[in-house]
Amino acid sequence: MIDIIQEMLSFSFINRAMIVGTLVSLCAALLGVSLVLKRYANIGDGLSHVGFGITTVAAAFGLTPLPIALPGVVIVAIILLKIGNNRKIKSDSAIALISSTALAIGVAVTSVTTGLNTDVCNFMFGSILAMSISDVVLSIIMSIIVLTLFIIYYRKLFVVTFDEDFSKAIGLNVKRYTNLIAILTAVVIVVGMRMMGTLLISSIIIFPALTAMRICKSFKSVVLCSGIISIVSFLVGLFLSYVYNISTGATIVIVNLILFIIFLILEKIIKE
Amino acid sequence: MEVIKVDNVSFGYFSQNYIIKDINMSVNEGDFLCIIGENGSGKSTLIKCILKLNKIYKGNIKVSNRIGYLPQMTEIQNNFPATIEEIILSGTIPNNIRKIWYTKADKQKAKEIMEQLELYSIRKKCFNELSGGQKQRVLIARALCSTEKIILLDEPVNGLDPKIATQIYEILYKLNKEKGLTIVMVSHDIDRALNYSSRVIELENGKIIKDVIASEYKAGGAK
Repeated sequence: MIDIIQEMLSFSFINRAMIVGTLVSLCAALLGVSLVLKRYANIGDGLSHVGFGITTVAAAFGLTPLPIALPGVVIVAIILLKIGNNRKIKSDSAIALISSTALAIGVAVTSVTTGLNTDVCNFMFGSILAMSISDVVLSIIMSIIVLTLFIIYYRKLFVVTFDEDFSKAIGLNVKRYTNLIAILTAVVIVVGMRMMGTLLISSIIIFPALTAMRICKSFKSVVLCSGIISIVSFLVGLFLSYVYNISTGATIVIVNLILFIIFLILEKIIKE
Repeated sequence: MEVIKVDNVSFGYFSQNYIIKDINMSVNEGDFLCIIGENGSGKSTLIKCILKLNKIYKGNIKVSNRIGYLPQMTEIQNNFPATIEEIILSGTIPNNIRKIWYTKADKQKAKEIMEQLELYSIRKKCFNELSGGQKQRVLIARALCSTEKIILLDEPVNGLDPKIATQIYEILYKLNKEKGLTIVMVSHDIDRALNYSSRVIELENGKIIKDVIASEYKAGGAK
């Protein structure tokens, strides 16, 4: 096994994927805790489809996708939260509407221009080969920003997640913190999308948090545990995908699923 | 001394359609005020206005101190993975709002309040494993961490069995008598709440129809 790992590390594209993947997995898992608890888990899925739409359109015009998708998805994230506060349209239906529309636009544009080629396939299912040096740099900068903000605002994110009314009553600007969560989520999705793929990125946001919640009793332990679960799933997934030549994104999701089932069983055992 | 002064306040989601209208009331230091009324009479709306959670349409509200708040519990909280200690500590955030982490003084304060409400020995327990009465005690402790003067409670005994409800009232009564804490409480549970409160305000259709001391209300007979 050590031979294989050494062999893997000799490829620069795998090294790049490892750096970006570890950081993105960690960020996704941390934000996932708040998203799952606030019942915003769907937002990740919706935003990734929007990311796909913008990316394919950008690619069709021959532009570099990442710098365009980043602000685009952030704006949609804020709009989605605004709709969530509106009573007329429920946020889950709004997310479904926006995500299918974005996907449709993406597919329509590609069929007119390039057709469903490998590039588009990579956007959908991810590819570790897709990471260029500039992508890696951008990913690292974004991940550090997300992690720093998460640590600085940890206390406030906790209280806002637990109890919005109480937070407002003690003078916190709740909207500011929910927007912060949405914006950071958008950033993580865009950054992680290239590697994990549009269809799979939301799972690395949701799975680790849900898995950690099976056995962790405190908010802090849920946050730490989901971070660890996410990184472990990523590294194991990357390794298995290399050895058995399976799509990386899909393997990571499957490893996440297996961990979830193990934790589910552990929960049952602990309860008894 | 007046700690809360509500002056001619109206609130509604649509103009002309007020949920509360022309409310005038005040709360004095050391009061144990119980706000009663039927569903939809505007009780919760009124306290949300006092807390500035609702932007009032007309009138003026003056509050002399920070208010500790105990909201009605939501479904999200019932399954939330957080320990008693984490939740109670979060009540101290307004004391050091710019800090990244809790200070020593915050932790000390939370500890004292936990001891006072007999929560210290179970502080590492998860919120979703607690009984209804314990959960309310945790939320009272959190409210106390954010203030020393006034707390506002929205239906604190809702869904609790009578014995536990009495315990909660007794905790509040003790805080009111021994620490001089001003308490404003919205309740459905009129008969029992009256035994502990000092004043009663009754709302009907968004208006105050009674504002009397508790003994007078009892003498007048609850309807």
